[in-house]
Amino acid sequence: MGQTISEKIISNHVGRKVYAGELVISDVDGAMASDTTGPLTIKAFREMGGKKVFDPDKCALIIDHAAPSPNERIANLHKMMRDFAKEQGMRLFEIGEGICHQVMVENAYVKPGDIFIGADSHTPTYGALNAFACGVGSTDLAATMMTGKIWLKVPQTIQINCSGKLQDGVTAKDLILFLVGKVTVSGATYQAIEFTGEAFEGLSLASRMTIANMSSEMGAKTGIVHPKGLALEYDFEAITPDEDATYVKTFDFDVSGLEPQVSAPESPDNVHNISSYEGTKINYAFIGTCCNGRLEDLNIAAEILKGKKIHPDVRMVIAPASQSVLLDAIGNGTMAVLIEAGASLITSGCGPCVGTHQGVPADGEVVISAANRNFRGRMGNPNSNIYLGAPSTVAASALEGCITNPKKYLL
Amino acid sequence: MREVQTNIKAKAHVYGDHIDTDRIIPGKYTKTLDLSTLANHVLEDLDPNFNKIVKQGDVLVAGINFGCGSSREQAPLALKQAGVSVVIAKDFARIFFRNAINIGLPVLEITDHKIQKGAELQIDLETGIVEDLSANITYTATKLPAIMIAILNEGGLVNYLAKYGNYSL
Repeated sequence: MGQTISEKIISNHVGRKVYAGELVISDVDGAMASDTTGPLTIKAFREMGGKKVFDPDKCALIIDHAAPSPNERIANLHKMMRDFAKEQGMRLFEIGEGICHQVMVENAYVKPGDIFIGADSHTPTYGALNAFACGVGSTDLAATMMTGKIWLKVPQTIQINCSGKLQDGVTAKDLILFLVGKVTVSGATYQAIEFTGEAFEGLSLASRMTIANMSSEMGAKTGIVHPKGLALEYDFEAITPDEDATYVKTFDFDVSGLEPQVSAPESPDNVHNISSYEGTKINYAFIGTCCNGRLEDLNIAAEILKGKKIHPDVRMVIAPASQSVLLDAIGNGTMAVLIEAGASLITSGCGPCVGTHQGVPADGEVVISAANRNFRGRMGNPNSNIYLGAPSTVAASALEGCITNPKKYLL
Repeated sequence: MREVQTNIKAKAHVYGDHIDTDRIIPGKYTKTLDLSTLANHVLEDLDPNFNKIVKQGDVLVAGINFGCGSSREQAPLALKQAGVSVVIAKDFARIFFRNAINIGLPVLEITDHKIQKGAELQIDLETGIVEDLSANITYTATKLPAIMIAILNEGGLVNYLAKYGNYSL
């Protein structure tokens, strides 16, 4: 009987062939927590009798959600994480080193075929790497750090097949927003997604991360991009689905005519062609996050903003996904272009996406953001509205002061 | 010793579909180990009065996809600390569902419930039978996987692992 990618990866870890619906206890290849989930993880780890993490080289803590610390309370939680990492001999990624998901991939904590458990809902991002990656909460993560294991129900898989190539000026973010709109925020709950077809084959690793990242916005347990066309710096054995694998549902879309997409307040699946919202005045433009803070995202923004100034009624915040992204963007001139255009650079990390600091919108303000969530109050103020779009859309909108189709600046 | 009360009679607070974890506890309040801070702000962007009207033992009832979004365990912790004894929903987002069981907050999936605001509920967690005493309707919740029942019976995953040291199926 044929298997999906998820069924194959889990089977490889439990030493027998398993299929959707089975409960398993599996070894994991890596585990991480951020500063939102880490302190509770450490507390639970100690309370459940944890002495040593199962493998300090496979566990990591990342300070990214409120970095640098905005107040003494959070400073003390960060200290708790630093002390724990030192005690356990595991790596702690410091303020400014980057967003958890970006640094896990850059530092090879996760590889194709792995099972990775992260205490952050966007952990499925590593599905870009042909890995099975799930988000969990703090207590689950503490248990994984203690035992090296996770209990899982092998998920059913939804196949999303996209034929056709994206038009010039249309990006992976537009594609995944379109798909979230079609599948909806609960359309893949408890299930895995396999993204397959021509539209994904030519995508960079960064773009594949954008796609897999927003599997969370469909409720999925994990979202894996078919490895065809995946290029990495090291050799790997790609895990592909069998031809007779069983899918609970298959979506087929021809995306060759897809236009830039926008998700309107206040749910990520409230997605429309950008033409529905063109002209909507904005106050604040944000590029960053685990969804779209990578070099190609900053580069496309710079392509649009080169030699220009953002609209005088707009402020723009840039949070590179990692220190490595920041250094590359300095090296290739992108960062200078963005700052000369009027953008404000903040510490690599989650920045204003989680509403803790570094750019909370005011009452009545409208934000265009390259992030993945626009729930009410997400950026710290329930009286503001958040639109989601591609980094290209954010840059074009910052320039014109209203939601703007970026294609005219890119063709 | 079983730490979870299995027979509960309580009042229902009823809300809608797709209540995300940002609405259960906004991100700006999550970075703390002080549970009372979480309880003080629970559901404030959905219903600013909730933490004033909720009483110890009350039941939160919702529609589909309850707890979607962030993996923050602070969401079920805030509800539990505020006094919520059980969450009933048509279905749950998966991380919230696991988190709630892991911290010992019982969650019941009843896909077709029509429970109205203020209803009096009689809940048997052992059987998953929920009687809506106000509407005179009886529901049976979806059965939990055995491992989740075992975790819940210990009052959460911390107690489960403190007792057994590892997982078993």
